[in-house]
Amino acid sequence: MSMDRRKFLKIAGLSALVGLGGSEAFELLQPGALEASEGHEVEGGAKKAHEEGPYAGDKIRWGIAIDIIKLGENPAMAKKIITTCHYEHNVPNWGNPKDEVKWIWEDDYEHSFPDSYNDLMAEKVEGMPFLLLCNHCDRPPCVRVCPTKATFRRPDGVVAMDYHRCIGCRFCMAACPYGSRSFNWLDPRIALKREGRKLNPRFPTRMRGVVEKCNLCVERLDAGKLPACVEVAPDIMIFGNLVDADSPVRKVLRERVSMRRKIQLGSKPSVFYLV
Amino acid sequence: MYDAGKVIIGLVIFFCFFTFAFWYNMGKAAPAPKPKLDTPVIKKMVKKQCIEGTHFMRTTHMQLLNHLRDQALRQGNRWYTNKRGEKVWISLQNTCLKCHSNKKEFCDKCHNYVGVDPYCWDCHFDPNRSKL
Repeated sequence: MSMDRRKFLKIAGLSALVGLGGSEAFELLQPGALEASEGHEVEGGAKKAHEEGPYAGDKIRWGIAIDIIKLGENPAMAKKIITTCHYEHNVPNWGNPKDEVKWIWEDDYEHSFPDSYNDLMAEKVEGMPFLLLCNHCDRPPCVRVCPTKATFRRPDGVVAMDYHRCIGCRFCMAACPYGSRSFNWLDPRIALKREGRKLNPRFPTRMRGVVEKCNLCVERLDAGKLPACVEVAPDIMIFGNLVDADSPVRKVLRERVSMRRKIQLGSKPSVFYLV
Repeated sequence: MYDAGKVIIGLVIFFCFFTFAFWYNMGKAAPAPKPKLDTPVIKKMVKKQCIEGTHFMRTTHMQLLNHLRDQALRQGNRWYTNKRGEKVWISLQNTCLKCHSNKKEFCDKCHNYVGVDPYCWDCHFDPNRSKL
């Protein structure tokens, strides 16, 4: 087939026009189809909650308030909380930052609240240990990007992981603004074996190639127990239902000044820091 | 046919070689496995029964396990009501393996026989040997 320059340019121009208008045509035929899905298992509930103020429409919304002042007075507790959590869930200790797997960990103010870090801060605040964990966001970015719905938001607000479904793509790790997720580069059992420590027989380990994080002890919540960290340090970690105005966490949040990490991102974390 | 003798001999040798596995193992069928039920917990039970009937468990435990896993993990409903109307806490390590604490003589027996390798044990482990 022969084509002169004039005809070629005509076709190319027309194609470019169609291409530019393609997304609009798509939108016309199937509205919303191009948008990434937001809510998952609890689509209706989650959307409603955001429209009517915080947590409206939900019955249970678990949250934790961490008393940083008390933790600062008793810094040994942080280690104890971490050890308890990591024993409870058989989290391996690789001993190097590359392979590190963590559910709850310690960091300083600057790295916990990089957006509100100030010059010439009070020395006391700067040196304070902060306990960091998965924030169990109301609008979890990790859930939004997970291609297999391996991570999902439960109706009670817990952002849970289904390791049976995780394919290890690590999109959630890229999406999480809090660094709460760890990837199992190696079989975690190698590290657990090397440590030679006693495992928790009630909880499984993970396998190589899945992403893991704090699950707010759903296995304990479902059995009517408190999360392990709250159980070991009830005066530092205050747990409760954020919807219920009489819950211990709401009471303490009414009385004390609190802050949450990176709220300007709009992920609505449910871990509060009492200062 | 040219070289009929050679061709036929060749075919016979090929046939024998090809079916070697069948006639070599003739009459030596591996006996069907008998998974053991003699764990301490089961021995103590007055009425020896699983959460569902033996036949149902034998044929359908894989679907049941998958179903219960999704119910517990994704819906957060950790109670299973069986056909007898009893409520069972859904947990492979804390419920199933409490009675069937002999994974090697119970689970592995049949799984090895039929050549399946379920990935349960990549993460879940036998609580009795809580050191891996």
